[in-house]
Amino acid sequence: MPSAQPPDRPAPPLLLLKEITKQFPGVVANDRVTVEVRAGEVHALLGENGAGKTTLVKVLYGIHQPDGGEILLRGKPVRIRAPRDALHLGVGMVPQHFLLVRRHTVAENICLGLSGTRALFPSRQVERRIRELGDRYGLGVDPRAPVWSLSISEQQRVEILKALLRGAEILILDEPTSVLTPQEAQGLFAVMRRMTEEGHAVIFITHKLDEVLAVADRITVLRKGRVVDTLPARAADKRTLARMMVGRDVEFRPARAPTAPQGEALRVEDLWAQNDRGLPALRGVSFTVQRGEIVGVAGVAGNGQREQVEVITGLRRATRGRVWVLGQDVTNGNARAVLEAGVAHIPEERLRAGIVGAMSVAENLVLRRYRYAPFSRGPLLNPSAIAGFAQRMIAAYSIATPSPRLPARALSGGNIQRLILARELSGEPALVVAAHPTSGLDISATEQIHMLLLRRREEGAGILLVSEDLDEVLTLSDRIVVMFGGEVMGIVPAAEADRERIGLLMTGQRP
Amino acid sequence: MEEWILNTIVRGIALGTPLLWAALGEVYAERSGVVNLGVEGMMVLGAFAAFALAQATGLPYLGLLLAAGAGALAALLHAFVVITLRANQYVSGLALTMFGLGLSALLGRRWEGLPLLSTLPEISLLTYGGLALAAMLWGVLYHTRWGIIIRSAGEAPAAVDTMGLNVFLVRYLAVVFGGALAGVGGGLLSVAYRPSWTEGMTVGLGWIAIAIAIFASWDPLRAVAGAFLFGALFHLSFRLQTWIAPEPLQMMPFAVTILVLALVTRRGGAAQGMPEALGVPYVRGES
Amino acid sequence: MRLGPLVFERRSAPPWSWTLVVSLVAVAIALAMAGVIFWSHGVSPLRAYGVIFSGTLFNARALPEIVRNAIPLLLAGVGLVLAFRALFWNIGAEGQILLGATAATWVALFSPIPDRVKLPAMFIAGFIGGAVWGVIPALLKLRFAVNEVISTLMMNYIALYLVSGLVHGPWKGPEMRGFAFTNAFPDTARIPMIADTRIHWPTLLLGLALAAGVAYLLARTRAGFEIRVQGENPEAARYAGIDPLRTTLLVMVIAGGAAGLAGVGEVGGIHHRLLDPTQISLGFGYAAIIVAWLARGSPLAAIGTALFLGLIFASGDVMRVALQMPARVTDVFNGLILFCLIGSERALYWRVRWAPGRAGPVPTRAEAVASETPGGDQ
Repeated sequence: MPSAQPPDRPAPPLLLLKEITKQFPGVVANDRVTVEVRAGEVHALLGENGAGKTTLVKVLYGIHQPDGGEILLRGKPVRIRAPRDALHLGVGMVPQHFLLVRRHTVAENICLGLSGTRALFPSRQVERRIRELGDRYGLGVDPRAPVWSLSISEQQRVEILKALLRGAEILILDEPTSVLTPQEAQGLFAVMRRMTEEGHAVIFITHKLDEVLAVADRITVLRKGRVVDTLPARAADKRTLARMMVGRDVEFRPARAPTAPQGEALRVEDLWAQNDRGLPALRGVSFTVQRGEIVGVAGVAGNGQREQVEVITGLRRATRGRVWVLGQDVTNGNARAVLEAGVAHIPEERLRAGIVGAMSVAENLVLRRYRYAPFSRGPLLNPSAIAGFAQRMIAAYSIATPSPRLPARALSGGNIQRLILARELSGEPALVVAAHPTSGLDISATEQIHMLLLRRREEGAGILLVSEDLDEVLTLSDRIVVMFGGEVMGIVPAAEADRERIGLLMTGQRP
Repeated sequence: MEEWILNTIVRGIALGTPLLWAALGEVYAERSGVVNLGVEGMMVLGAFAAFALAQATGLPYLGLLLAAGAGALAALLHAFVVITLRANQYVSGLALTMFGLGLSALLGRRWEGLPLLSTLPEISLLTYGGLALAAMLWGVLYHTRWGIIIRSAGEAPAAVDTMGLNVFLVRYLAVVFGGALAGVGGGLLSVAYRPSWTEGMTVGLGWIAIAIAIFASWDPLRAVAGAFLFGALFHLSFRLQTWIAPEPLQMMPFAVTILVLALVTRRGGAAQGMPEALGVPYVRGES
Repeated sequence: MRLGPLVFERRSAPPWSWTLVVSLVAVAIALAMAGVIFWSHGVSPLRAYGVIFSGTLFNARALPEIVRNAIPLLLAGVGLVLAFRALFWNIGAEGQILLGATAATWVALFSPIPDRVKLPAMFIAGFIGGAVWGVIPALLKLRFAVNEVISTLMMNYIALYLVSGLVHGPWKGPEMRGFAFTNAFPDTARIPMIADTRIHWPTLLLGLALAAGVAYLLARTRAGFEIRVQGENPEAARYAGIDPLRTTLLVMVIAGGAAGLAGVGEVGGIHHRLLDPTQISLGFGYAAIIVAWLARGSPLAAIGTALFLGLIFASGDVMRVALQMPARVTDVFNGLILFCLIGSERALYWRVRWAPGRAGPVPTRAEAVASETPGGDQ
């Protein structure tokens, strides 16, 4: 609920999202969220992953329909059934992943379906307006340039211009700085201030505290689907905001036997790598994982964690730096070499890459080791060995399935994850790379998986745990590596780790 | 010698015209994101329809109109199955080709081998029409607002969808339009180029038209060059048969097609200029 | 979604029974559409299907013809089942059949191979010929990213003119009424047939063995495992360290070779000479696509679907003779059946329940699984 603060400016509420509720199977993404946005203000939505920020604006933009609550524009209730309605009402959105046609020019992208453009040479017609608006708001971009030739920040400007040219009064920016350099981000803030001076309202979604304090007028903090508070920026400071974002320290931590270091499972030294777009995703990452310890990688998604896992497991090339597994240099080896070095990989996207949905549970259980004895004898598979193994794994890891021959995609998410864990952990690997192992799972499955990981740790394996869930990282890790912008912000031992400190590191603050 | 070259050019244009019409149609369909492998079937259906009506009424142009309709109808079936039902685009087109070849053979049984009485000249109004059409389609594609929409539907359908436009309708229209043009292309075969009816008289030209679309990087003006080049190639292969055995020459256009495709494909795994969303059924919310 | 007392729900994995039902309904629709076409052509559909049934299923002498047709369909079809499982859209079975026929003809007529081993040599040569023809498009795809649908199709035409050139040129035998063909094969190069029929049983046995062999390959061998993973989920295949080049080449060697064997059967078993290409393969290569598609990925089911397509071909023959239809009438059937099969695929992923008076659809477990992860919030 918004706190009782006198309005900073005598502006009427332009937009009111009232008691918005949105559910998906298994999770309540927005729980009676109320947010009020005024004309001429930058209103920040702050929160961690899973807090409900993006869902809320998708409701506003018509991509999702709310299960409860209403939207009022200038005091009048409106129905937004599709993005077209939102655009019509003056709501524009700049998505996190741009929806641009890379091959086309800026002007062509902007006039796609733009009403009021003429039939012939429409792009020429909008060129002038693009330049006008570009000058007015500080969004300079060459209308005739093809989008693929633009930098990411320029592409973002195109998305903003797309919305402005359609008469957007309220502009939603979803994590706009996640793809920008600090300087480009400053440029964006200048643009945002220009927009508010022109009377627009800007809804700014972010998890970065610096930015929020630099540019927002008011801040609404969301946590686990609910509004924690709304407050003017001048009344906020980083520590308060961080605490509001991540909550209080009350969870139970399972008993963890201290283990003595038993040698290195993984060493990463000065690792550099690029993401799919060719931009640097890892900038000189260095850390180790000892056998018998769990090292958690904390950080908001998109700060290099995915690329890091891919380099370590042989699915992505490093541009610089080295990776050693159990003393063996596996830098830029392929997936099979890494596997043979004794590494287990619990992949981030379990449905897409982790299992073959149409194949049976038993076959999925041997997906990575089918070519070795006892599962293979020469060119032939050994079905009885596979079946036997499957039975043992189903029992040992409590995979709920009526038969090992069931196609894997018929399993629930939790059981699929147990399958993957069974597959990966049963070989007693010395290093386990686990990426978001419990995302989307219910509490009991999560607990079970935590137990399995801890057991492996006691048995002497090193575990690299990447997770967006800070609670999970704090619960399981012996040491925590915090990533931000492709760099290691700090490596914190468990004893010294608390939410505030980690939270600050996660948002780019070096203490 | 000169006469030989002139002859080749003329005959090249003559056969190039039906190829051009069919290729232009495929360019538009694929620009919107849909692969239509039914061109061969639509051409042969068009060839038959044009022949039958021209034979019956003595009006070849009317025949061509019917040919366009036949092609469009077949394309509508394809569009329904691959856009609305989201079926495999490649196999659907293939099935329609099989069907088209069979149906036209069946319906054309009693005219098998008969010449057409009221014909069009080899290089007719439709050759110039084809050139004008290519220029117009090029202009529309690159310099009008509909062109932007069509191209965007094939590159990033999600972008089109979020701007409130109906991606499905755009694709339907492009595919049906393509089918109509393929029908006309086939009609030109039976009414102008080789005025007669034989079953299967398209002899693989439909496939060549598809390859031309790729080879032309989906650009209507380049398709003109491609179509006339292949037309000349076919004619050459026929001409050289006085010196060389016919069969290796008959193979030539098809082998050249493969060669051309291999050269045109970039390291990225796609032909240069290929619409990014080509061949992938669009599902809202799955961008 | 409700429609009166019927409830339509999504499902993720259709059971065999539903797949069969949907396939049968699709085929029935196709046959009905064919009936309409016959009617528009002046032939009553009832009469047409009556003629078909009496000429094929209810005619003891015609049943062997169904099997005769099924032989090349089975061989090529099993190969295509494998190719499609690996997501390689091989439309070139027609050309691969012709190459197999050509290689066998060479062994039969023009090679120095001793008589006693001529037949086995023909089969081996035919397999190799088809395999080579199949591997070329595979390499083109892997190395140059050339779309295999177009390349395999072009190879069909090239094969066509190759055979035509040989038959009209260096391999020309006696000529009859303008049709060219090679000399007849010597007896040692003729595949034995079951008495009074045109069923060349060694080829049939090869076909059955191949169906069993490919089924075994897929289910029980390492290579088969890799092929299945690659075809089902290329992303997971990468994660498991599977090499796409090796799997694709293996698949096309087998698929091309199988079609080549079909070609051997046609020239060695039926015609005993190499003919004008349109006489050798009456579109078997294209029909094999339907055999494979109907078999929905099961090599053993291809035995059944090959018989069904064999029936279609036999029906075409009957219609040609009894109703004076052109040879391509089978293409009408084939095209419609394939089209309806494709169109019906979405129905596989729906379930229809009879639930009068219920409040609303209950989400199934499959739906719960599919939507377990919450809609992307960052």
